[in-house]
Amino acid sequence: MLSPAEWAIVVLSLKVSLVAVAGALPLAFALAWVLARRPAGPLVLMLDAVAHLPLVLPPVVTGWLLLLAFGANAPLGRVLAMGGMSVMFRWSGAALAGAVMAVPLMVRSIRIALEAVDPRLEAAARVLGAGRWYCFRTITLPLAMPGVLAALVLGFARALGEFGATITFVASIPGETETLPLAIYAALQLPGGEAMVTRLALLSVALALAALVASEWLARRVGAGWWGAGRAGQRGAHVL
Amino acid sequence: MSFEVDITLGRGGREIAVAFTAGPGLAAILGPSGVGKTSTLDAIAGLLRPVRGRIVVAGQVLFDSAVGIDLPPERRACGYLFQDLRLFPHLTVAANLAYGQRLADPARRWIGADEVCDLLAIGALLGRMPATLSGGEAQRVALGRALLAAPRFLLLDEPLSSLDPARRDEIMGLIERIRDSLGLPILYVSHDRAEVDRLAASVVHLAA
Repeated sequence: MLSPAEWAIVVLSLKVSLVAVAGALPLAFALAWVLARRPAGPLVLMLDAVAHLPLVLPPVVTGWLLLLAFGANAPLGRVLAMGGMSVMFRWSGAALAGAVMAVPLMVRSIRIALEAVDPRLEAAARVLGAGRWYCFRTITLPLAMPGVLAALVLGFARALGEFGATITFVASIPGETETLPLAIYAALQLPGGEAMVTRLALLSVALALAALVASEWLARRVGAGWWGAGRAGQRGAHVL
Repeated sequence: MSFEVDITLGRGGREIAVAFTAGPGLAAILGPSGVGKTSTLDAIAGLLRPVRGRIVVAGQVLFDSAVGIDLPPERRACGYLFQDLRLFPHLTVAANLAYGQRLADPARRWIGADEVCDLLAIGALLGRMPATLSGGEAQRVALGRALLAAPRFLLLDEPLSSLDPARRDEIMGLIERIRDSLGLPILYVSHDRAEVDRLAASVVHLAA
């Protein structure tokens, strides 16, 4: 159904998006934690706004800001260069752009999940002898886990669809930074490209729909505790 | 004295002062709703920081604002039966029971899982999830979980209020057995005079 060249585009897009969500997760989780658990002050409000900026900024602006930060002579670009690395015109740059665009959606999903965890259960764990970190690992995280997984799926879909920031930041280089949306756009410019556009567009719709259904299914399970149940339960049964 | 409490709690902009001492055995806190009974238990457990004051249980200072002592909840060795039980919904009964037991210093443990299961008749429930338990079963599991964490004292917050009469009698009998056989200081919150008359060696009245 897909030509080898189209398959290569799909594989590159999946690689870029997977690396993007994996990289975005720690940052998104930390932001969501602060927003969910810290009392709202000017600093937290500011952080909230900055975390959501990529959601409302024109993506071309986000891409340009990434250029300013990671260009060859830019501060972060120099840091990478000292390690012999560069994200400019590389697939890793496309992943970086995807990660930045995925963060706001992931923060929202994780934050809602963390807010849904009943703090009275955490209090009960503390009274039973759990320190903060143990309580987080055994109570908070398992109960919020469906929301975290939903965030991963949603962020993956967002990174997969990323266009404006990517093309601004790392251009559209076939085999390196030309992901699914960029390839669709390029095919649209070519005479006779309609068939390829149709195939890749249908694939995009299918992937996006599947991701949305999966993330909604997961998000409804926050706090219901299906995830940690089997494993932690068996462990407990073994102890007794 | 088993419990020496002299604290000021901040609640919704106003301050309530709570002061009492209670001897060994089971002491009851009586008072109408909203007078600060649960807040007092939360303060003793370390879940609510008093504005100022001092809390000593069985000779150990848990909180003293004058000298800056405020032990975190996990270091107070407190067995707290919450009014809303708070069983962990994602863990089986067995894992709920084991939660505090695993965290307790082995040298401090004074009751084993088998003994708790016999005492509370919950051995048959170990594989179940909390959502599938009846009210009385959940109550017994929550009590067992608190006992297995090797507490130095017990806080029981209206343990009978959500139960039907037959279950009330059963749980009251259990509390009597725990009181008589384990010798732990127990603080028992209630608004029911008859319960308190049957169980308590001393009574603390909180008034608005």
